[in-house]
Amino acid sequence: MTFVVAVTIDWAIPRFMPGDPVERLLSRMQAQPGASEALRGYYAEAFGFDVPIWQQYLNFWAALFHGDLGLSIAYFPTPVSELILSALPYTLALLVPAILLSFWAGNKVGALAARRKVLDNTVLPASYVLTATPHMWLGIVLVWLFASTVAIFPVSGAYGLALQPEWSVEFARSFLHHWILPFSALFLVGFGGWAIGMRNMIIYELEADYSNYLASLGAPTKLVRKYAYRNALLPQITGLALALGAVVAGAIVVEIVFSYPGLGTLTLNAIENRDYFLIQGIFLFLIIGVLVANFVIDIAYVFIDPRTRVGMQGGP
Amino acid sequence: MAVSDHERTDPAADRIATLDVAAPTVPTAALLPSGRSEFAYFALRNWKFDLGLGVVLVCVAAALVGPLLTDHEPLAFTGPTDQPPSSEYWFGTTSFGQDVFTQFVYGLRAAFVVGIVAGGIAWLLGAVVGFTAGYRGGWVDDVLNMLTNVVLVIPTIALLIIVAAYVEVHSYATEAILIGLTSWPWAARAVRAQTFSLKTREFVDVARLSGRGTRQIIATELAPNMSSYLLMMFILLFGGAILIGASLDFLGLGPSESISLGLMMNNAFLSSALILGTWWWFVPPGVGIIAIVGGLYVMNVGLDEVFNPKLRER
Repeated sequence: MTFVVAVTIDWAIPRFMPGDPVERLLSRMQAQPGASEALRGYYAEAFGFDVPIWQQYLNFWAALFHGDLGLSIAYFPTPVSELILSALPYTLALLVPAILLSFWAGNKVGALAARRKVLDNTVLPASYVLTATPHMWLGIVLVWLFASTVAIFPVSGAYGLALQPEWSVEFARSFLHHWILPFSALFLVGFGGWAIGMRNMIIYELEADYSNYLASLGAPTKLVRKYAYRNALLPQITGLALALGAVVAGAIVVEIVFSYPGLGTLTLNAIENRDYFLIQGIFLFLIIGVLVANFVIDIAYVFIDPRTRVGMQGGP
Repeated sequence: MAVSDHERTDPAADRIATLDVAAPTVPTAALLPSGRSEFAYFALRNWKFDLGLGVVLVCVAAALVGPLLTDHEPLAFTGPTDQPPSSEYWFGTTSFGQDVFTQFVYGLRAAFVVGIVAGGIAWLLGAVVGFTAGYRGGWVDDVLNMLTNVVLVIPTIALLIIVAAYVEVHSYATEAILIGLTSWPWAARAVRAQTFSLKTREFVDVARLSGRGTRQIIATELAPNMSSYLLMMFILLFGGAILIGASLDFLGLGPSESISLGLMMNNAFLSSALILGTWWWFVPPGVGIIAIVGGLYVMNVGLDEVFNPKLRER
């Protein structure tokens, strides 16, 4: 459903926005003689302005199912889908560990901090600063501190200039070395948010009747907290689904800061070159990514919360 | 549906710690002056609220007064390039010889404009959709809930990138409207959930029996009972909008004729300020954003404790 809406938006925006993107594109292409003529024909076909509007829409879907997202202008004549697929692994290599680790660590630390004066008064303010930090600024400061001032880490890129992407120890080491700073920028901002959320939820759960009952039975604090943690985790997982959009946004700007060859840097190039097909392609990919992640989270939820499992089996 | 409707807890709970809106006000009248001043009594004694409010007010003051203290234009090339902070140029100058302090205070202004306008629009949309869906129920709820879920899943930044790429953004108002139109869904969900639990109360039944219209009941019966919730929602939307706006400006999708904190970072980054080590150029905009947004968030926690005695420190 969301996907249909997303595709429709993707289709409609270039068509119903003021101005003529095709003309604007062609005027930009003057610099590359020869390409201009080829493009004009291509656009006429791609946008298919001569057929009725509903048919344009159906054609758009048909092309989509063939994996045809058009040709890039910035990297003419590479297909958009090819560009995106080659950038995708880098983005995933940053995003997936950053999301999972910050979620895990943030929740653990947040749970520890709740109702413990010293920890609470140190972790909480730090978390608030972190969660209010713009991703790109943290990235910029990390580069300035650890790559520019003290050259521990490389300034930009995903691997050494002399290397080619391949499966080798040398490449892996270089990749990891380049990966740490952008990963840290994403990790730290995410960490702050989860720690705050978990801390608040734990306090709320510790106030609940079952916690008080357990404590009055003489159960050790550790056990009570363990139960509270498991209950507090559920809304946090819902929060994870909601936070995906923000994390994706963070990854885009962080990649730009580090010139990391993922979707973010590709987006910047697309914007700077007004490469509309590429922008539209990235838009679709981001939405597909978030939808898939949502689906995974939904499934994970079933495993974590037994109540939903019962509901699905039509239980009592 | 992408976000399935199985038993999930209220999503806003992760920032607005769950608030029992229905809890009757504790009768503290004997100890405290009644009404508004009771709120003020607790609010001003909550250090988190005080701290957050203080930081935000300092930023407001800087945004209002700052531009009067400088005789430079934010984008004018006024002085020597790459100067560290001095008595002449308080925050130093950029590689183009622009005064960083001037850019900073004008950038703060832009941040507040984006925050208030975008936050306001998102707040209004969230409240209207949430109240309508929650109170009406039935097919109205189905349709609105579907809409909410669709907008919720589409990453705001992706939508803004594609829209901003086609629409030339000329002012912060345009940018703010775009942000406002895309960041309301979680608010709508939160309001809807709260409305569901409130609408079965007797006082709402009484209002309905007395023949009042839907709009009136929402405005006079439901909204006042969750005013604390609505206030905190606005604060979070405000802060969130500033962060999104900064990202957009950093991507170069904001207005390029005027200055903003995100654009300052963008300029500094593109001019390799990181490599040159001209920290006075890129540190202030980030600190400004952290101060505003962090201040708002901390203020929000303070408010949470004011409204919800359970969370108060022991």
